[in-house]
Amino acid sequence: MTEIAFAPDVFTWPSDEPQLIGGKCARCAAVTFPAWSSCARCGSTEVEQHLLPRRGTLWTFTTQDFLPKEPYASGETNETFTPYGIGMVQLGDEVRVEARLTENDPEKLAIGMEMELVILPFRTDPDGTVVMVYAFAPAAQES
Amino acid sequence: MNDVAIIGVGMHPFGRWGQKSAIEMGADAIRAALADAGAQWTDVQFAFGGSFEVDNPDAVAGRLGLTGIPFMDVYNGCATAATALQLTADGIRSGQYDLGVAVGMDKHASGAFTSDPVDYGAPEWYGEIGHFLTTKFFAMKINRYMYDHGISHETLARVAAKAYRNGVINPTAFRRKAISEEEILASRMLNYPLTQYMFCSPDEGAAAVVLCRADQAHKYTANPIYLKATAVRTRRYGAFEVHASWAAVEQDAAPTVYASKAAFEMAGIGPEDVDVVQLQDTDAGAEIIHMAENGFCADGEQEKLIAEGATEINGSLPVNTDGGLIANGEPIGASGLRQVHELVMQLRGTAGDHQVPGSPKVGYAQLYGAPGTAGVSILST
Repeated sequence: MTEIAFAPDVFTWPSDEPQLIGGKCARCAAVTFPAWSSCARCGSTEVEQHLLPRRGTLWTFTTQDFLPKEPYASGETNETFTPYGIGMVQLGDEVRVEARLTENDPEKLAIGMEMELVILPFRTDPDGTVVMVYAFAPAAQES
Repeated sequence: MNDVAIIGVGMHPFGRWGQKSAIEMGADAIRAALADAGAQWTDVQFAFGGSFEVDNPDAVAGRLGLTGIPFMDVYNGCATAATALQLTADGIRSGQYDLGVAVGMDKHASGAFTSDPVDYGAPEWYGEIGHFLTTKFFAMKINRYMYDHGISHETLARVAAKAYRNGVINPTAFRRKAISEEEILASRMLNYPLTQYMFCSPDEGAAAVVLCRADQAHKYTANPIYLKATAVRTRRYGAFEVHASWAAVEQDAAPTVYASKAAFEMAGIGPEDVDVVQLQDTDAGAEIIHMAENGFCADGEQEKLIAEGATEINGSLPVNTDGGLIANGEPIGASGLRQVHELVMQLRGTAGDHQVPGSPKVGYAQLYGAPGTAGVSILST
């Protein structure tokens, strides 16, 4: 079974410790996700790839309880759709990234909770290839 | 700079209109606005037309008479109508023209808007993995706002219930049935904390405004309404905005805040001088946030103001007196001119069952939409 990332240059994969690939401006140090060819703050075209922290805190969240229209490409139908959580996760003091959440029950999500990056199966293509997506899960308690 | 007067407003009601095209609805709205102004299409020297779905709104000229005027088409997300209005006003302010028309029209399919995320500056995979939804942005924004400022789920329901109540007494509204707060809270969750009845729906319709040089307005009407200010602003670095895969930790205010300040400065008045307000209520949460972003209250005060009925038609700060987007739906290109239509009715004192008491003199309209663009207009008697 082949597992591939849904898009190149979004997260390091395959990896035991995957990270989102952001961009950092060489001129003003602004961090974005993903990496763009120019800086959203100062317009500089000197932007370097920058690996983002794997853990962060949930800044806000919602749930996606209806099947999005195209270009959504999970392969689901109204009958098979599973709602998903979605949120903004603040990674240190670098950037807030928008991401799918593994938890879709708002009662089990809370602003400020610790989150950790995970790479999950998103859909299986007809040839058996599993397309992987990034998401954040409530972080395991550090012992 | 010439002052600008609004001498005519016209609408094709928002709703579902079968096979009728957006172009036909736009032509109807212009005919209604010209009739209201007592002007002829041949008096119109230029026009701006706004739409999301229609590539060439200027095709309405083919229904009204091909007079050869400059007719320019604009699209600027949910702020399209404010943009068309500002450009038309600027054409008169500059002295280039004496009389022009701003028109907006749209005809959307049911359900949440979609498009190609690349055209909004988002990554091409943004839609594929289920992030390209305006509804979830508004839900995330109000969820954080509720956390920061103590807004309750009941307040969300109160805002939506008010919109439906105002729709009942507005003959041209799309939604004309009252829905209780309990039903609103119990309706299907679409994007937590927002339920189905807390959202507006994309629909169909058109609206038009006839503007002219203020010193010529009395040729057409005994009681012109003056367009005191228009302002359009886009997001700054640090604003938390729709269709963005990231946001800066260092926060800046939303574009509405900057558009609002600029408009108040241009009009030479402040929020305390406004008698009737139309806000972008894509959802109930947006109306609550926009009350503060436009300077009408402090963050968090909405909880008490709304519970006390301040935003009702007979309250101290009437908001979305015609039912807003929630009761009228949103044909994107026309939505902001529907707000102006309502404000003109209110300031003329001809809004019928949804008239704000006490002869309102100053009206305020705000739009906000993708990918982080706001428009504000201020009108006065």
